[in-house]
Amino acid sequence: MADQLLEIADLRIGATVYPPGEKPRDVTLVDGVSLTLEKGKVLGLIGESGAGKSTIGLSAAGYGRGGVRITGGTITVNGEDILANGQSGLRRLRGKTVCYVAQSAAAAFNPAHRLMDQVVEATLAHGVLDRASAEARAVELFAKLGLPDPEHFGQRYPHQVSGGQLQRAMTAMALCSEPDLIIFDEPTTALDVTTQIDVLAAIKDAIHDTGVGALYITHDLAVVAQVADHILVLRNGEAVEYGPTRDIIEQPKEDYTRALVSVRSIDHHARQPESQPLLDVDAVSARYSADLPPVLNQVSVQLSAGQTLAVVGESGSGKSTLARCITGLLPIESGDIRFAGQSLPKALKSRDKETLRQLQMVYQMADVAMNPRHTVATIIGRPLTFYFGLKGAARRKRVLELLDAIELGPEYYDRYPAELSGGQKQRVCIARALAAEPKLIICDEVTSALDPLVADGILKLLLRLQESAGVAYLFITHDLATVRAISDSIAVMLQGEVVRYGTHEQVLTAPFDDYTDLLLRSVPQMKLGWLEEAIDGRKMTGQDQ
Amino acid sequence: MNLIVARLIAQRLALGLLLLFAVSILIFVGTMMLPGDVAQAILGQSATDQAVANLRAELGLNDPAWMRYLDWLGGILTGDLGTSLSNGQSIADSLLGRAGNTFFLAFWTALIAVPMAILLGLLAVRYQNRWPDRVISGATLTTISLPDFFIGYLLIYFVAVKLGWFPSVSTVYDGMPFVERMRAIALPAFTLTLIILAHMMRMTRAAILNVMQSAYIETAELKGLGGLKIIWRHAFPNSVAPVINVVMINLAFLVVGVVVIEVIFVYPGMGQYLIDHVAKRDVPVVQACGLIFATVYIGLNLIADVVSILSNPRLRHPK
Repeated sequence: MADQLLEIADLRIGATVYPPGEKPRDVTLVDGVSLTLEKGKVLGLIGESGAGKSTIGLSAAGYGRGGVRITGGTITVNGEDILANGQSGLRRLRGKTVCYVAQSAAAAFNPAHRLMDQVVEATLAHGVLDRASAEARAVELFAKLGLPDPEHFGQRYPHQVSGGQLQRAMTAMALCSEPDLIIFDEPTTALDVTTQIDVLAAIKDAIHDTGVGALYITHDLAVVAQVADHILVLRNGEAVEYGPTRDIIEQPKEDYTRALVSVRSIDHHARQPESQPLLDVDAVSARYSADLPPVLNQVSVQLSAGQTLAVVGESGSGKSTLARCITGLLPIESGDIRFAGQSLPKALKSRDKETLRQLQMVYQMADVAMNPRHTVATIIGRPLTFYFGLKGAARRKRVLELLDAIELGPEYYDRYPAELSGGQKQRVCIARALAAEPKLIICDEVTSALDPLVADGILKLLLRLQESAGVAYLFITHDLATVRAISDSIAVMLQGEVVRYGTHEQVLTAPFDDYTDLLLRSVPQMKLGWLEEAIDGRKMTGQDQ
Repeated sequence: MNLIVARLIAQRLALGLLLLFAVSILIFVGTMMLPGDVAQAILGQSATDQAVANLRAELGLNDPAWMRYLDWLGGILTGDLGTSLSNGQSIADSLLGRAGNTFFLAFWTALIAVPMAILLGLLAVRYQNRWPDRVISGATLTTISLPDFFIGYLLIYFVAVKLGWFPSVSTVYDGMPFVERMRAIALPAFTLTLIILAHMMRMTRAAILNVMQSAYIETAELKGLGGLKIIWRHAFPNSVAPVINVVMINLAFLVVGVVVIEVIFVYPGMGQYLIDHVAKRDVPVVQACGLIFATVYIGLNLIADVVSILSNPRLRHPK
């Protein structure tokens, strides 16, 4: 047992929830999970949101977010029960023996202090090294993690470096005090796909070189397959399957694991565009302010009625700005946008109600796109009254039809958004857009905030609705797997320009331009050794500088 | 100091000056609109019409309003606040000593109250919803809920009369030894501290608690840092902006809102001076005091703005 780093036995974690208007009650978040981790090994914790993977990960540092508390079981690090010595014992453990890398490094760094001060803070607080040696070690780690100008990198403030760099800096911070165990909590989820691959490779090398043990938490099985030795699949706070990475990926035993492995099995045949496009974006340029460079530069794309155009690109590529221009939220500077043969007025307020009706939008964050104080019936019913003047029983009947169309039963009629899951909320948003009976729906990253299986359900629903209602989608996403699954034509955007555009087949068939090649290679694949292949095969370096 | 910060600060300064200018017009117009005639007021009801007319001409009251305003403004800019109508003395001379007294009291009160409020705020966060937090919140709420004159008289009764530690009347005079002067202002300073403490302490507590929800606080906890260190090093620097605004408003109160305390302790400050001359319809004095109060208010809020700007690392260190 000497080489056992972490041993969690029969862990139970609970919290007290305070639902408005009801009595507080206790809920169980993690129910009887056990796991072990050897020194220097990596264990992947995988599951969807609510599976309890972050909660279990943080428990290895004896930490519970908010009112979360450990209600049973034992947690042993290096043979010692970490819960035996109370808060002071945990303080000695955290930052010295067990370190943490958060999902959003941008939020996890304190904006008020220089990076170096934060990176060496735990090392100094626990007296592991003196300041000079700690800073020297930090510089060494910055270099190992591929950060630019490692000597002076620490002098910067968090807002002065990019998201990918912050994520590496956070890894350096965790490694600085030479801990035995690091908890990586979705460290690459918030990053662009081309950045993710670099950070992932940097983390993998750092784990390998320092020999630190790690818990790697993620919802993306393809990502965890690249770094973990073993994988523990979790669902609803319980362990589903545990095994070596190869077995989980190649011979999953449980149905749930199989579903995770085979996600994105959508059957869709791409169609050829028609000669008369529904939407014709012609050499459009736009900028947010006269003294800023243009965000869109001579963008031209077309979309046929009843088809799907996927606009793909990384953050800052201008894909959401294109949506804002089409909807009129951002008046274009030059060029023309024609809809059903007619030129669209540039500004939103000079468009008539009929144009507004035919062009609807669904957003990434279903949470904030709905009024929390309206019921589902009100949310879906408002466009019915606004555009068609439906009232009373007629309106109720139509709302119920729409609920049926999005595969939610009549029991959801009187619910509030807070009573819905993430996927259900997005379905209601889709129903709201459909209520206007539009010709075009702009879908802005509608599945990005959802778990893979839920996202799959939404995509299937969208395709089915397209068939029955004949609506066209402008589908904005950074996720190439989604693009592959649902598009008829594709536009790849980079820094405000369309770098590749054509039918599904044209865009996804070699030869590729450098950027599209980079994008395609960066999408994690569900096989061992993909990361190394991808890094070796790259023609172009990432945008993460 | 970089260009962005310099520009922002210059902007605030220019805005402050503009505001002060607007306030000076408001004060002037406001005092003009007061009922009654200054000349009549000085000479009394029995004066002949001729005497009143002569005095009006002498005081320049027949000039158009804008001319009188420019005269007044020009005087102020050159340090001449005008002449008191009631005693014929230069306002600048009599106001100087009074203003000095007011600022002296405000300075020492602030020196005790501000650090104490912030410290108590930090402690309240550290022991949130436990007894230290409840005691601090309860005690400061009590002192802010009681009327200021009541606290003043309570202190006079117990500390000055029963215990005899400090004088109940805060007489100060020129050339008074420093220690004596401090003894004299001890009670009013303590009273004022009790009055302004709660507001600042509660704002500190609320602002820090707001920041305590941030992800970087979790990072700090997972570094194994102690509670007070997390609050002081990681939470407080990010809650300076809201705290400094409340602190400055309270400091402004120490200068412009302490009339009642000055009266209770018979302290020769600006507030009492203003009240005396309002009663005598001494318009130039009222105008001068009003302008000084406005300057203090605008100046302190300007400082709050500048500190808020400087506390933002994104502005201090642009990309």
